[in-house]
Amino acid sequence: SHIVLMLADDMACNPRNPKPATVFSHKNMELNVYGDDVEVDYRSYEVTVENFLRVLTGRIPPSTPRSKRLLSDDRSNILIYMTGSHGGNGFLKFQDSEEITNVELADAFEQMWQKRRYNELLFIIDTCQGASMYERFYSPNIMALASSQVGEDSLSHQPDLEIGVHLMDRYTFYVLEFLEEIHPASQTNMNDLFQVCPKSLCVSTPGHRTDLFQRDSQNVLITDFFGSVRKVEITTETISLDRDLAGFESKLPKDELATEPLKYAEQLPVAQIIHQKPKQKDWHPPGGFILGLWALIIMVFFKTYGIKHMKHIF
Amino acid sequence: GAQLQLAVPVAVVFAPGSVPGDLPRPLPFRDVQEMEISVNLRAGITSRHQMLYRSTTAQEEAALGAATAREADAALRLLQDTSLGSLTLYVIPETSSLLPQGISIYVGKHRSALVRAGGGLAALRARLQQLTQVMSFTASSIAAALSDRVPDSQLGPDARRHLKSSLGYEITFSLLNPDPKSHAVDWDIEDAVSRYVQPVLDKLSLVANFSVDSQILYYAVLGVTPRFDKESSSFLLSAHSLPHVINPVEARLGSSAASLYPVLNFLLYVPERSHSPLYIQDKDGAPVSTNAFHSPRWGGIMIYNVEAPASPQASLPLHVDVDMVRVMEVFLAQLRLLFGLSREELPPEFLVESLGNEGLADWELDRLLWAHTVENIATVSTTLTSLAQLLDKIGNIVIKDDVASEVYRAVAAVQSAVAELATGHLHAAFQASKEAVTSSERAFFDPSLLHLLYFPDDQKFAIYIPLFLPMAVPILLSLAKIVREARQRKKDPTKMD
Repeated sequence: SHIVLMLADDMACNPRNPKPATVFSHKNMELNVYGDDVEVDYRSYEVTVENFLRVLTGRIPPSTPRSKRLLSDDRSNILIYMTGSHGGNGFLKFQDSEEITNVELADAFEQMWQKRRYNELLFIIDTCQGASMYERFYSPNIMALASSQVGEDSLSHQPDLEIGVHLMDRYTFYVLEFLEEIHPASQTNMNDLFQVCPKSLCVSTPGHRTDLFQRDSQNVLITDFFGSVRKVEITTETISLDRDLAGFESKLPKDELATEPLKYAEQLPVAQIIHQKPKQKDWHPPGGFILGLWALIIMVFFKTYGIKHMKHIF
Repeated sequence: GAQLQLAVPVAVVFAPGSVPGDLPRPLPFRDVQEMEISVNLRAGITSRHQMLYRSTTAQEEAALGAATAREADAALRLLQDTSLGSLTLYVIPETSSLLPQGISIYVGKHRSALVRAGGGLAALRARLQQLTQVMSFTASSIAAALSDRVPDSQLGPDARRHLKSSLGYEITFSLLNPDPKSHAVDWDIEDAVSRYVQPVLDKLSLVANFSVDSQILYYAVLGVTPRFDKESSSFLLSAHSLPHVINPVEARLGSSAASLYPVLNFLLYVPERSHSPLYIQDKDGAPVSTNAFHSPRWGGIMIYNVEAPASPQASLPLHVDVDMVRVMEVFLAQLRLLFGLSREELPPEFLVESLGNEGLADWELDRLLWAHTVENIATVSTTLTSLAQLLDKIGNIVIKDDVASEVYRAVAAVQSAVAELATGHLHAAFQASKEAVTSSERAFFDPSLLHLLYFPDDQKFAIYIPLFLPMAVPILLSLAKIVREARQRKKDPTKMD
């Protein structure tokens, strides 16, 4: 409901997965993390840097449905968890063909802050050199965690020889273990999350950044971001309705319902498509740089070979 | 910085026998009371009460001769200025029997109130000012409207989070029946909505568009296990388990895929037979009389207990006809609270006319409009400022023509809204502020403004050098050769080829 899940989705339904439609966290196959209640909002080709930034900043085409939008306001706490792909110093790969840089991410967060699209934001990243991704943040109320420092690689947890790939990254595995223990009334705070996956277990050194966050991390509960605990108030007021008032006459005129029959809009104007001429592309004169380059080349050519020799060539 | 002036036109009408002796000038006369509303922002906000003091006309006198305050209020309504945002305050003699003992102020259903004279002009003025603020806006209601721009410390820990100003709201009524084998629940929601909810929404239609739908969910449980209390032989849901109730249920509620308006959910929960009766406990352990709770900016939940059947051998499922009046009394009260209209916050010496089926008084509608207009204006100014900063920072974003025209429209509309507020035309100001918000949001969130074009310098070099360097080598060498030849020819002009 309030989760926007972007999955490149190339693992669970991969034709080479001997256990299709499942993703397990551990070799003993206890926990299928790709279970029944997983709703993937952006799958495979839709997972692009552009769509990710569009979701964050809200600059989405009007035809996008509700479930694919981030409908947050100034009292929403947002959790962003990025994992699974390769990263480097200052960037994160999307789908093997694109990257998002830490500068773009920081700018996107600033756009969100300007429009008050979040109250507090928790950013967790599990990739190689993950700490470089949160170096450039400058908007208030952001707390960030990463699985490895700049110059370190994040490693995977354990290989499953049946499937042939590693099941899960180490940091994600230990964070999952930690979070399985949290229940809605838990008082565990962020300092405990910072201790998850020390160097002895994870080989890389997890890092975190709290300088932009207003509250002290000790007072921030895990359930502030995970688990959706709502602020509620007991309703003590009522109004009194007159039961016998038969059909209160509305003072406003009711709209007359349209009586003409509804018909289908023309979905596919086939005739138009078949006989469509290709669109004339506007011709633009070549730009200054190209013109200058060509002029230089031609001038050098003529100077080198001399004009009077041209008639031998042509 | 910019000043925002909120002008309230107030007419103070003195009935015979109520004129204080120490008036500065003979009636009628005008006066303006300005007050700074301090809300830690760069722009200052001032409230201007534009007072017109006059005496009653013959018709008004006749209306004030009614037996009860309520009848007087109804009669006076036809004689006063009913434009949005304006107020008419009638001052009646101290000894008048129109108001009950101990009550000095009576607030009617529309835009007028009756004030008992007494204590001289200064005391009267203070009472009038307080009354005007209650019926229009106070410093705290303005601070709440600007809550996303005001630092948390100034709002106070209990600051209510009212619904943000929006062009529309969706209201969904859901009946949750976790135990259909025991209870066959029937609720005539359509009738209840058209009788009790629609009049309120019609009144609120000035503020926003409302759409209502309803659904019934079976086998939907609360997600929190109530505990059994032996003393009352009932099940109790403690106050600190309530925050965990909403999330598990919410996933099943669904919402309209097409609309982006905020959704207000009102849930009626009929507990399972094995957990009946179920009561909500407040923080002190006492059962809550409404058996309902609400969550700001989300909606409300009410628990409807079904009486145990008279004979234990009664056939299941029991047929239950929900008493929609009892339910709607709670839901409509919650709807008012979600919008920030609370009667409990009024001072005790006020007597407020009860509403009946109308749901909200005209002056409460005005309160909403004042708050929403200020909120809209603040939103527009930050949106446009932020857009300007973005365009300054990223030089190569292209602004389409329609985005530019939306920006111009937003600027014109917000200027008009500010001007209308300063002259006390609340309706016009609100409409202009709505237009301004629509245009500015459309401009800011236009999909074409996505700035993906961040090229770090080292990437630029990495891409262009391998392309141009090999090509440039022969060109540069030839250029050098040309320059050398030209220089040689200059030295030896006579040497010909």
